[in-house]
Amino acid sequence: MMMKTGIKFRINKSGGIQVITIILAFACVIPLIAILAYIIQAGITKINWNFLTNIPKPVGETGGGIVNALVGSVIIILVASVIAIPIGILTGVYLSENRKSTLAYWCRLCIDVLQGVPSIVVGIVAYFWLVKPLGGFSALSGSVALAIMMLPIVVRSTEETLKLLPDSLKEAAFALGMPFHRVILKVIIPCGISGILSGAILSVARIAGETAPLLFTAFGNPYLTTNITKPMHSLPLLIFNYATSPYNDWHDLAWGASVILLVFVLLLNILTKQITKKWKVQL
Amino acid sequence: MKQSLFNIKNSLTALALLATLGLTSCGGGGTSSKTDSTASASGDDNTLIGAGSSFDNPLFSKMFSEYNKMNGLKVNYQSVGSGAGISQLTNKTVDFGASDAPMNAKQDSAASAPVLHIPVTAGAVAISYNLADVKDTLMLTPSVLADIFLGKITKWNDPKIAAVNKGVKLPGTGIVIAHRSDGSGTTNIFTTYLSKVSEEWNTKVGKGSSINWPVGLGGKGTEGVAGLVKQTPGAIGYIELAYAVQNNMAYAKVQNKAGNFIVPTIASVTAAANITIPPDSKVSLTNTDAADGYPISGFSWVLIYQEQKYNDRSADRASKLLKLLSWMIHDGQQYSGPLTYAPLSPAAVAVGDAILKSATFNGKPILQ
Amino acid sequence: MDTPIKNEKITLSEASLGVIDSGKKANTVSKKTLRRPFRQIRTEKFFKQTLVLMGLIMVILVFGILLTLIVESIPSIRALGLKYLWGKTWDPVQDIYGAFPFLLGTLLTSFLALIISVPFSIAVAIFLGEYFPKGWLSDFLKNTVELIAAVPSVIYGFWGLAVMVPIVRSFETKIGVDPIGVGIFTSSVILAIMIIPYAASLGRSVIQMVPSSLKEGAYALGATRWEVIRDVIIPYTKSGLFAGILLSLGRALGETMAVTMVIGNTSQLPKSIFAPGNTMASVIANEFTEADKAVYLSALIELGLVLFLVTTVINMIGKKVISRFTNE
Repeated sequence: MMMKTGIKFRINKSGGIQVITIILAFACVIPLIAILAYIIQAGITKINWNFLTNIPKPVGETGGGIVNALVGSVIIILVASVIAIPIGILTGVYLSENRKSTLAYWCRLCIDVLQGVPSIVVGIVAYFWLVKPLGGFSALSGSVALAIMMLPIVVRSTEETLKLLPDSLKEAAFALGMPFHRVILKVIIPCGISGILSGAILSVARIAGETAPLLFTAFGNPYLTTNITKPMHSLPLLIFNYATSPYNDWHDLAWGASVILLVFVLLLNILTKQITKKWKVQL
Repeated sequence: MKQSLFNIKNSLTALALLATLGLTSCGGGGTSSKTDSTASASGDDNTLIGAGSSFDNPLFSKMFSEYNKMNGLKVNYQSVGSGAGISQLTNKTVDFGASDAPMNAKQDSAASAPVLHIPVTAGAVAISYNLADVKDTLMLTPSVLADIFLGKITKWNDPKIAAVNKGVKLPGTGIVIAHRSDGSGTTNIFTTYLSKVSEEWNTKVGKGSSINWPVGLGGKGTEGVAGLVKQTPGAIGYIELAYAVQNNMAYAKVQNKAGNFIVPTIASVTAAANITIPPDSKVSLTNTDAADGYPISGFSWVLIYQEQKYNDRSADRASKLLKLLSWMIHDGQQYSGPLTYAPLSPAAVAVGDAILKSATFNGKPILQ
Repeated sequence: MDTPIKNEKITLSEASLGVIDSGKKANTVSKKTLRRPFRQIRTEKFFKQTLVLMGLIMVILVFGILLTLIVESIPSIRALGLKYLWGKTWDPVQDIYGAFPFLLGTLLTSFLALIISVPFSIAVAIFLGEYFPKGWLSDFLKNTVELIAAVPSVIYGFWGLAVMVPIVRSFETKIGVDPIGVGIFTSSVILAIMIIPYAASLGRSVIQMVPSSLKEGAYALGATRWEVIRDVIIPYTKSGLFAGILLSLGRALGETMAVTMVIGNTSQLPKSIFAPGNTMASVIANEFTEADKAVYLSALIELGLVLFLVTTVINMIGKKVISRFTNE
């Protein structure tokens, strides 16, 4: 009899725990959906043609838009990608080709360290490396700061993808007499393109919303500009400045900008998942 | 394997190559723009870069937008606080700084060259509060104000506040203080005033742009403080008048030296600003003797280097800057009134003109 | 194939198999001479050197960051010494710099966030790793949790200001604390939401790695599902889960934007978890551009150095634990 209640109790307990776990797990979904829903409903109505094509009005006047921040974000992200993605892919190739050398060990260690560096520290460093010596704030220094943050993601995913490729692929290419650089560039990388591409896209998604590195580098600009040697505005900076201000009009602009940023980042993430699903590494 | 990739000699040569490449491109990014940029931030000579006081931000953004319509010059002004304005000017990363607190001796020595202070406007530091149920304008005496910000008075219905506001029904909400979290000239004006009127404040806290506040929440920029006050019931904070007016926030009448309770307006600020201005224009307007002057007023200055030739700046750039500043203290003043800033008095404009004339490029005065 | 410009006698072992450490014994191949154009060999060499350069760049980059932080902190270290770390007053006007309020703020918010988020992360990990490893429900939950990590932190901050702060304010009124809304508690809650995915995804991977033989053995002995989890899976994956929690902690320590928007930004020591405070990252963000004195600026950078070292150490411990776990 003792055993019977014992078993029943244990089974019930197990079922109860399962229910609790399910509740807790799905409770995580609630804040995300709440945030998404709130931001979208707060911001979607603010997006209109005026919003997308005008620059901000003087303080206190209504109207105005976010085009300078929008274009600025695109340019800064593009420049950062141009810097980070090639370097990242090549480093990933280096790491996957050299498993055991000392430099590779240190390189991997440094990538791990870089991944955990807080974004504000990257901003400080970029200020001292680029803003002070060049005598001014610029979009370029912001892009470099963002590129530093993108590197670990690109390197990691490239290395992991290339590690999965079988050696026979490489050996077959060599056996045909291909030189090393051709093997890498024309055989290995195209084979692993899904992993590499998804790493690149993920890194862009990661830095698209970063504000802290841009605080002391890109500085902000109320005018539309495309010159990367000068200060430039960006969406995260705009959201940060306007969100803490008292002007309701600015709040509206910030909500609209948040929607755009959010949709952009989410789309990139979904795109990554589609790529990994569709272009599986051909083993 | 014999041919190790990590061949020291080869990789060092490659590294040296890349390093020189990097350096030249860095300098090249500067050379291509050396004709137009490098020289202290900014790039093409049609954009000037300024940073500093959030106190001035509403006025400046209107002025610069109008100036841009007039002659196409763009001014990129970032409202990052007076402290940041001064240090960015010291670092020569901006063309001009803006500050509601004149540079002190330490800051002067940190700057490598003399810095001119040009007064561009005078404004009021309004004591704004968030009490939705109180319809009358609150009146505050200096000692009550100091006690609130020292943290000694913690509830709105404290007898000390009630004594000054007879007949007003004050709620029992707690007082939430909002102050600046960044270096601020507005803080400087406010704390200079508090130090003058409260001995306890003077010894305990002191005055400055970035002080150790005994209580309260910090907001970044006047925008941040105004945002905090607007959103927090029971909050009280010090912000430039334009922000309070633009956001329909309530602000208090403050008792001045003469004993009158004054509302911050253009007239009361102008009355407070009606004093002799020294040639370097560094003067404080707080705790004014004027009978109808608002006691927490202050000038705001634009800061530039006296010798404009530094960091490869071009003569053209310097002259554009000086023309802008000259316009700001003359025609630009028409935009102060609508935004509740006090236009400069003729005496102040005269001082400003004299200071501007002393700005030189390579030793020669820029403005004729 | 290009016509050889210059004949070079290259052995097969060197030229064709340009890979090092591939584990293949190249010298077992018979040495045949191969006609390779000199140009091609130079390109190969150049490419290989570029790869090495890339590896070097990473190392130089990270050491450069560390070096810059140290060099710029030296004025402050020299002037203030170690007392800096437990000085309780941060008064730039008087040149008194004590980092303790910010250290406390950082530790409080991060650990509070961790405590709040760990039950949820572990629940998600167990759910995805054990109860429903496959299926559309699991995919949905997995993607949703990963999306949490994708939302930019400034948006979390904005949402926190607009939605959480009023909620916390009414909560504070109910429990009789000063209804400020912003403060340590609010930032901890928002941080908790942001760091859930890190422990959850790592936890899920390690839970899935538990060998079924272990689990089946337990079931065969009559254990219920929960008992299998409690007595088999969790002890087996203890280190992996711990590493995941460390990763979440590392993320929370360095978070800047969301925290700085809702923490209240005051240099006073927080008196309770509902009081406003400040974290190291957020004080750097607020005061960096205006630090006009050399010691002030370098005091801030010293904060950055401390932040960098602490997050690095925590992340390294986490990674070591994971690598030990996956190699066992």
